[in-house]
Amino acid sequence: MQVQTSWISRWAVPLLVVAGFAVAWAIPRYQLINPYYELILMYVGINIMLTVSLNLVNGYMGEFSVGHAGFMAVGAYVASVLTMRVIPWDMAGYLYPLALIGGGIGAGVVALLVAIPSFRTRGDYLALVTLALNMIVKSVIENIDAVGGPRGFLVMLRLTNLPWVYVWVIVTLWVIRNFIYSNAGRGVLAIREDEVAAELIGVRTREVKLRAFIISAFFAGVAGGLYAHLLQFIHPRNFDILKSTEILIMVYLGGIGSMMGSVLGASIFTVLLEALRFMGVWRMALAPLLLVVLMILRPTGIMGLKEWRGLIPLDERLRLWRLRARKGGSASAAGN
Amino acid sequence: MSETRPDPKHGLALGGTVAGEPLLTLEDVHVSYGNIRAVRGISMEVRQGEIVTLIGANGAGKTTTLRAISRLIPIAQGRMSYRGRDLTRYPAHQVVGLGICHVPEGRGVFANLTVRENLMLATYSRRGKGDINQDLERVYSTFPRLAERRNQYAGTLSGGEQQMLAVGRALMTGGDLMLLDEPSMGLAPILVEEIFRILVEINRQGTTLLLVEQNARMALQIAHRAYVLETGAIRVSGPARELLDDPRVREAYLGA
Repeated sequence: MQVQTSWISRWAVPLLVVAGFAVAWAIPRYQLINPYYELILMYVGINIMLTVSLNLVNGYMGEFSVGHAGFMAVGAYVASVLTMRVIPWDMAGYLYPLALIGGGIGAGVVALLVAIPSFRTRGDYLALVTLALNMIVKSVIENIDAVGGPRGFLVMLRLTNLPWVYVWVIVTLWVIRNFIYSNAGRGVLAIREDEVAAELIGVRTREVKLRAFIISAFFAGVAGGLYAHLLQFIHPRNFDILKSTEILIMVYLGGIGSMMGSVLGASIFTVLLEALRFMGVWRMALAPLLLVVLMILRPTGIMGLKEWRGLIPLDERLRLWRLRARKGGSASAAGN
Repeated sequence: MSETRPDPKHGLALGGTVAGEPLLTLEDVHVSYGNIRAVRGISMEVRQGEIVTLIGANGAGKTTTLRAISRLIPIAQGRMSYRGRDLTRYPAHQVVGLGICHVPEGRGVFANLTVRENLMLATYSRRGKGDINQDLERVYSTFPRLAERRNQYAGTLSGGEQQMLAVGRALMTGGDLMLLDEPSMGLAPILVEEIFRILVEINRQGTTLLLVEQNARMALQIAHRAYVLETGAIRVSGPARELLDDPRVREAYLGA
């Protein structure tokens, strides 16, 4: 059965991506919006990366990792050291993506070290281990004098700009989407539903979990690098449990197991926190309140396991359309 | 197959109904959970094309035996082989690839995925996607209910339908030997009959079954051979029809 797909449905998402890039490029170039709003947009982008990557582990895989800021910290410091100490100054602008990838790899290596012992156990243990990791990373950084220790680390170059953030957000969404809809990604979903059953149908649960965890940490690390080169001054306290909690809130606000949910959750939360700046420290009380209200009214988050179809690969979308087309006709059992 | 396979202690001659190569052989298998010795020296075999049932009371070690075969738990002692290959050398996720599919107790369907996604996930470790669609059609024709509900989330199915899905998913792995753990659990009698009717049909189509059941009467009615487990050891074994009339079995498990 052949389903005709319109030109629009095939090209809508790529066009949207390109148009988005044009806008992201034009905003700083022609100063289209207030720099403060531009800054918020960049924070939104970084938070989207953090949220989508954590959603892979907590939402799609059903584990409970609570120390995402730890990976972010590793990425931030590794990338900053690379641009400030390793890469020559005049080259830093060009090699910036490499520095970010370096930060991501650093975070991935730390994730591997954590995952090998902790994935022998189930559920709650991962929460404890990642919580501990978050604290350990913070303490270790505080004790490395070369990066300023508890005084913080000055990142002199403001290399992060809106186009870069945009590109990395798209890369994150694209890689994680492709991972989820790959064979390994199906294994991730199976693990969430029932790990024993997943093993029984041949999913190498340990390997799949490890892969998802490392991908997740990698993008948290890249986001950390972007964050460091935007803030220009990083401090171990930027990456404490509170930061991890914020990321968790964004994941559950948007909805687990949905990338669109994470995009929405990160955007809404980030913008809301800025909009409520006049409330001072009281706005921090709002985040938990928001979460409580959400859990009462809509326990699955804004999107709740549903996905915007633009984020579903085209061949999957075609299959869904075909089914819908078939429903009109005979939905009868396939007889032999 | 160079391995010599001594006659299992309890394996009796088939009732002349099926004759096939030994598929699965267990020799003196022991399994312990800490200090508790759940399985104490089981020897049994399953031949190609058979329905073999393992019956016994709660805690007799039936589920443990199945879990040991699919390598979900390690064995303390003994030998297990499948088609002449030493099973203990494979981790759980590779056992599927050998051709053993396990329908776990409590079904273990992926509740937040659709029926079709559940079935397709079972092809996870299959090499070559050639006859997957054919197998999918076969599952749908064996279980018309699943075909009707192919786009429904598995969690919204009834207990019987979930059991059908679990069996269908095992079929989709393309295995030759299906281990079934209490397929009748928690189902209405009419559904139990339906499931058992389908199991016989699946067996006729060529899948060998090792069936663990508390519902001894139903199991003995469809099985070729049976082993009766008691506190981790085999007490009685033989052709299922004979066991149906065996006074010891009748008294203990059939309530007559």
